[in-house]
Amino acid sequence: MQTPIRVLVAKPGLDGHDRGAKVIARALRDAGMEVIYTGLRQTPEMIVNAALQEDVQVIGLSILSGAHNAIVPRVLELLREHDMSDVKVILGGIVPDEDAETLKKQGVAAVFQPGASLDAIVQFIRTAVAV
Amino acid sequence: MKTAERQFTSISGVPIEPLYGPDALNGFDPARDLAAPGDFPYTRGIHRDMYRGKLWTMRQFSGFATPEETNRRYHYLLAQGQTGLSVAFDLPTLMGYDADHAMAQGEVGKCGAAISSLEDMEILFRGIPLGDVTVSMTINSPASVLWAMYLAVAEQQGVDWASLSGTLQNDILKEYIAQKEYIFPPRPSMRLVTDTIEFAAQHVPRFNPISISGYHIREAGSTAVQELAFTLRDGLEYVDWALERGMAVDEFAPHLSFFFNAHSDFFEEIAKYRAARKIWATVMRDRYGASSERSLKLRFHAQTAGCSLTWQQPYNNVVRTALQAMAAVLGGAQSLHTNSLDEAYALPSEHAVTIALRTQQVLAYESGVAATPDPLGGSYFLEKLTLETEAAAHRYIRQIDDMGGMIAAIEAGFPQTEIADASYRYQREVEAGERTVVGVNRFQSDDQPIELLQIDEGSARHQEQKLAALRERRDRNRVIKTLDALKRAAEGTENTMPYLVDAVRAYATLGEICDSLRGVFGAYQETTRL
Repeated sequence: MQTPIRVLVAKPGLDGHDRGAKVIARALRDAGMEVIYTGLRQTPEMIVNAALQEDVQVIGLSILSGAHNAIVPRVLELLREHDMSDVKVILGGIVPDEDAETLKKQGVAAVFQPGASLDAIVQFIRTAVAV
Repeated sequence: MKTAERQFTSISGVPIEPLYGPDALNGFDPARDLAAPGDFPYTRGIHRDMYRGKLWTMRQFSGFATPEETNRRYHYLLAQGQTGLSVAFDLPTLMGYDADHAMAQGEVGKCGAAISSLEDMEILFRGIPLGDVTVSMTINSPASVLWAMYLAVAEQQGVDWASLSGTLQNDILKEYIAQKEYIFPPRPSMRLVTDTIEFAAQHVPRFNPISISGYHIREAGSTAVQELAFTLRDGLEYVDWALERGMAVDEFAPHLSFFFNAHSDFFEEIAKYRAARKIWATVMRDRYGASSERSLKLRFHAQTAGCSLTWQQPYNNVVRTALQAMAAVLGGAQSLHTNSLDEAYALPSEHAVTIALRTQQVLAYESGVAATPDPLGGSYFLEKLTLETEAAAHRYIRQIDDMGGMIAAIEAGFPQTEIADASYRYQREVEAGERTVVGVNRFQSDDQPIELLQIDEGSARHQEQKLAALRERRDRNRVIKTLDALKRAAEGTENTMPYLVDAVRAYATLGEICDSLRGVFGAYQETTRL
């Protein structure tokens, strides 16, 4: 049997809306992945430390407050500093197309906007980790 | 995606029968279960003439960027015929951080107006006479601090506190349950809420110190029944604390107000509002012996469901919102916020918010639904749904009573888990195509781009500079003295409100005040459950 994919689902910033993060975490778990959920109000430093300790292949960030442009680049920067650039970062939430493009150029593997299907997210992670 | 089969269950999963006739209502007694509008148990509404006497208040929730910009939006909305104001604060404000705090980075002004001090509150209401407009403030954990600032602005305007009317959201229990914007642990938080209830009864008698909210519970993914039951049970918790404080039930209960979601399942929502009034009136009379009619009448604000708005084909959101708003009106709401078509993307643009307000005006002045109270009363289907909703909510309320009340239930993770289960079930149904979301999992087409409101980082810099200048200018000793007095009051059992008013008058900032209280009460961390 294959080792399950390990994913850290994280809620950075002050946003407390965790419905999406929890639904995604359950869906990934039901798809056979090992999911660690950080809980609320994590700083980029806390998230990268958790990713390091839990040895995850994927970090899923959920941000609905519009603070993504301040938070996501910092997570990417810390991953580089820790030589963890192989960890895939995916982002979900209210992220306008323009910001999504910019963040992808900076190293985010995928951005899932409202209405994205759980299945598409599961498939994306499987493919991204297999490469 | 396989083609959806049509489901005959409500959006909350309640089965709907092929037909409702007289036999659906066995045991139903119109005199007892309905009565006339304005009569106990108020199923048909809290006023005899309902909207013939007075239309609902059209109150659009708004706030963004700096207090200067939000103030301009308020003047615009009032000029467009809006009849009340409703303040949205940004996340740092909601969490008790000043705009220049490290945790505020990237968040200043994004989800609402940034208010760090009395100076910002003065700017927010510049040119708006607080004696003439009713103002609702969506603020919870630091509600008493922001209310103190509001009272101080009223004082500067020469308005007597006794003539102020408006509403504080101030419902901390639903923060632990759903929205998760909490600062302190539950018990000290409940003490702060009780302080505001007591202070309102004594000094600001026309103000609603709390708006017990199901809206966020529903947005977090609950069913209609969960929204209703958890909200009413939260209400009972506030009643218990105020009684414990030594207040008489009829002294504060008339000022407890409610806030419900207006979701997409039309009849289920109308039944929810009717059941809410009936349950509240009955419980207040039978459990607490309330005798003032105003203690028994459940008054509520409604907001259309943000979570129902789709990113795809955003213009469809205008239609969703209109139907949801109509359900709220047919359910007897006292005030209403209609969401804007672009809110799945961002805070609304002026153009979008105008359409949302016009939607209410079309309902009020063209549709005819406001011409007679409870126009759907007596419908076999609606009456049956109302009875079922009432019974199901009572079961939850009893279950929480048996757990020892809402704080015990929250500590056990009960409402949180019920909601997470319901939201996951719903998402799975959408995913499987068992539930249709137009434009998302069926009837897809390419989207036309829409113009969005942009909030740049200039707002954050502006707020930081203002705050730095304020910290220089104010009387430091007075700030330290008032904060020390507040800490001593918080450590004891005195009402904290007078101390908060003193501290904000000295221009102590929101962050400084909340830090002082954090020092006394500690900070809350939830146990994470999946």
